Amino acid sequence: MSGKEKNVGLFVTCLVDLFRPSVAFAAVKLMSEAGCSICVPERQTCCGQPAFNSGDMDDSRAMAKMVIEEFEHFDYVVAPSGSCAAMIVKHYAELFEDDPDWQKRAIDLSHKTYELLTFLSDILGVKKVDAVLNSKVTYHDSCSGLRELGIKSQPRNLLHAVEGVEIVEGEKAERCCGFGGTFCLKYSDISTRITDDKCDDIVKTGADLVLGGDLGCLMNIAGRMTRRGETVEVRHIAEVLAGMTDDLAPISQGGK
Amino acid sequence: MSSRDYIMGRIRWSLGRGSLERDDDSQLEERLAHPKSNLIPARGQGDAKAQRSLFVKMAKEVNATVSRLKAFDNVPRAVAKYLKEQDLDDKVRVAPHPHLKDLDWSKLDVSFGFTLGDDETSVVMAYGAAAETGSLALLSGPESPTSLNFLPDNHIVVLNAADLVGDYETIYARMRRDSNQSDFMPRAMNWVSGPSRTADIEQTLLLGAHGPRKLHILLVEEDG
Amino acid sequence: MELNAHNFKENAAKALEDKDLQESLAKLGTGFPLKRLAAAARLPEFEALRDQARDIKDHSLRHLDFYLEKFESRVVESGGCVHWARDINDGREIVYDICKSVGAKTVTKGKSMIGEEMAINEYLEEKGLIPIETDLGEYIIQLRHEPPSHIIAPAIHLRKSHVEEAFRETHTDLPVDRNLDAPEDLLKEARAMLRKRFIDADVGITGANFMVAETGSTVIVTNEGNGDLTQTLPRVHIVLCSIEKVVPTLEDCTTLLRVLARSATGQEQSVYTTFSTGGRHEDDPDGPDQFHVVILDNGRSRMLGHETHDMLRCIRCSACINHCPVYQSVGGHAYGSIYPGPMGSVLTPALYGLDQSCDLPNASTMCGKCEEVCPVRIPLPKMLRSWRQKQWEDGPVPLMQRFGMSAWAFWAVRPKGYHFFAKIKMRIMGLLGRKNGHFKSLPLTKAWTKSRDFPAPEGKTFQQLWSEKGGRRS
Ligand code: SF4
Repeated sequence: MSGKEKNVGLFVTCLVDLFRPSVAFAAVKLMSEAGCSICVPERQTCCGQPAFNSGDMDDSRAMAKMVIEEFEHFDYVVAPSGSCAAMIVKHYAELFEDDPDWQKRAIDLSHKTYELLTFLSDILGVKKVDAVLNSKVTYHDSCSGLRELGIKSQPRNLLHAVEGVEIVEGEKAERCCGFGGTFCLKYSDISTRITDDKCDDIVKTGADLVLGGDLGCLMNIAGRMTRRGETVEVRHIAEVLAGMTDDLAPISQGGK
Repeated sequence: MSSRDYIMGRIRWSLGRGSLERDDDSQLEERLAHPKSNLIPARGQGDAKAQRSLFVKMAKEVNATVSRLKAFDNVPRAVAKYLKEQDLDDKVRVAPHPHLKDLDWSKLDVSFGFTLGDDETSVVMAYGAAAETGSLALLSGPESPTSLNFLPDNHIVVLNAADLVGDYETIYARMRRDSNQSDFMPRAMNWVSGPSRTADIEQTLLLGAHGPRKLHILLVEEDG
Repeated sequence: MELNAHNFKENAAKALEDKDLQESLAKLGTGFPLKRLAAAARLPEFEALRDQARDIKDHSLRHLDFYLEKFESRVVESGGCVHWARDINDGREIVYDICKSVGAKTVTKGKSMIGEEMAINEYLEEKGLIPIETDLGEYIIQLRHEPPSHIIAPAIHLRKSHVEEAFRETHTDLPVDRNLDAPEDLLKEARAMLRKRFIDADVGITGANFMVAETGSTVIVTNEGNGDLTQTLPRVHIVLCSIEKVVPTLEDCTTLLRVLARSATGQEQSVYTTFSTGGRHEDDPDGPDQFHVVILDNGRSRMLGHETHDMLRCIRCSACINHCPVYQSVGGHAYGSIYPGPMGSVLTPALYGLDQSCDLPNASTMCGKCEEVCPVRIPLPKMLRSWRQKQWEDGPVPLMQRFGMSAWAFWAVRPKGYHFFAKIKMRIMGLLGRKNGHFKSLPLTKAWTKSRDFPAPEGKTFQQLWSEKGGRRS
């Protein structure tokens, strides 16, 4: 790593690690090209958000401590997920309200943690990407990223830089997809109904491809889309920005 | 223990303190004695002319109709004209407000006072209005029975342009000034923005739910 | 009212199958939210007003005892009476006693959520009085013996045909062959029926959106004008409200009113905003002789200073409900509480007990839309989470769920073992799922695969691939 490079710790996120490693490689590629040196600590699993939202504070704290310990020495910490980044940025400090030392460390970490697209766009100032995709694309704004981190223009600006992409907005682009972490398991019928609304909205745009920045939502949307027999493809936006679409099948679809 | 004491005790206990400290107390007293305005939207803060056109625009937006008159003396004629246009009976119940009582109503079948619900049309005098949302301020009192604002099908309100202001706060300030007492509120103060409506059946907007079906405002601009 | 929140899941399942309801909800989803958006966009100061609205409520709650006492003395000075009710039984008795003292028979009622909380109609009926709801939506559901499904649009779940049915069944002295096809016809009939009631009533009960400490006024906002007829015509006006509704001054109330209607229906202002202060003055030609304010606690004082404190800022605008994807899917009755949607899922456990409403705090995707639109910026997701935390700590979390989460957490903080198992499992799933890209079913994932395919992993985990590539580890 040269002196000028930014030392970035990649928080892979559990879903990307397990289901879609290409997203992390896309993130590595995009950040490296913009002058970052990427490190992936092995001692990382989950940000703790599922436990946190289930009210299980002890376990959330344990997971948060691990993340803090592993990542606090980087210049920046980047996650290819709005919801995991939001967990670190917005909620870690809340977990340590009775523990000032840990709380300080949590706050310090929150100041240098970013969601991938925000990092690329706002911190690295990426304006150009080396990617071509002749496709009509719509974007799903995942809830945490949108509402907790204000991610809205960044993915769209980056997509504009991809040659051949036409962006069409869904009327309900900002509406929840029904995933909600454990919600989709506990209340699967309600979740499905909400996901159907989302799918309808996407189909209505006439887009060939729906993109998003959170694998949880994308797996939910994709799983429902293929079950419904829709042909709309679903991908993480990083795959498109990194020009990986030729070698990687869309989520929940076979063939490549 | 009375329920009152019980509830007050719970509140203080939950807030983690006893009765208020004196300092705090006097600050709060002060806040009540000299109420300050919070943020007032800029929208209503134009000059008189701008306020009038804003008022008319906002009132029309909520389905009121507005006629602009040059003089108070024209009110009865304007009422008659409105009744004719709307194909309404010329029987009118008028609020016993001095401004209204003194007018020449000879062309109409007019009586003064409150209503028991058998009057189709009422004419009342507004205390003032806020341009911000096209809302009329109607204060109950001997000159202004509240029943006239709600029971008749057609509600005609006379508004002196000089009483039209930008925002609600200015009306409250004027009420405090006019009365100079702590009990400046009438029994009922009605802010009225348009005729009565409901959307309770399939979210379809319908005018004339329980109150007036029509609200007609006569804006009197004696200054020209 | 009786709580039916423990049946959330069954209620929701029924609601999802109910075609009429789904049609109504579809309309709601695009109605109020779009209007709110337009109203907010039109007022440049809207966001700043929300901040002030929040601060005003915070200030009022911090000094709640002071402002309530002030309010009380002002009401008394203006010739009214204040009654304090610890719980709904207190409240009902107070109301009944007032009715009895004037020999009341017919009681008209404007819309009041506190009235719903007290189930005041049922109580008065039991005592032989005739309570009549006068808000059109409330009137309709009263005829149908249903609870409201929304806090400002109580009959939003119904179609026109339901209303017609209810009217034909009740208004039996009208010609059978009358036409009730159009909403206008229904409104006309309701208006005529209720007109008589307004005039006959001995007592009128309304709710209150605010109480103003400065003046001792109670404030209602309506569009129909029923609340005003209810309080103007009878001899006695009873206001039902709760402790957290007091604000300092008319100016403070005005700020809250500026965000209330806009957040609720997207109106600039409700048609009628009425400040009621005391009874009829000596020279007033009309208005009630008596003015009573019943202030209900019912668990609210316990919320002060605790996890759900911020919920007491709520001004019952319903924005959080209108925007909630869960509410939009299942409607209000599924929640089994008069307070549905996000605000209800926070409030119901506080008022009725968490054990009575286990599902409610969990039945949220935590999408945060509610907080985004709440005019007084209540952090609803955070409050829901605090209930979940309580459930986690106190036990009523299903064992399987607890076990699942704990197992996940156990491995999540043991990365070596985690990565080892992950590697094996993803490898197998990747191979099996390669062709289709997904699984139609998998062991232990029925809740997911019932309606969705389960996307297949690529195969190797990122951690594994990164190691193989010799990527930087420190
Ligand atoms: S919680 Fe907020 S958005 Fe929901 S009803 Fe109350 S004030 Fe309105």
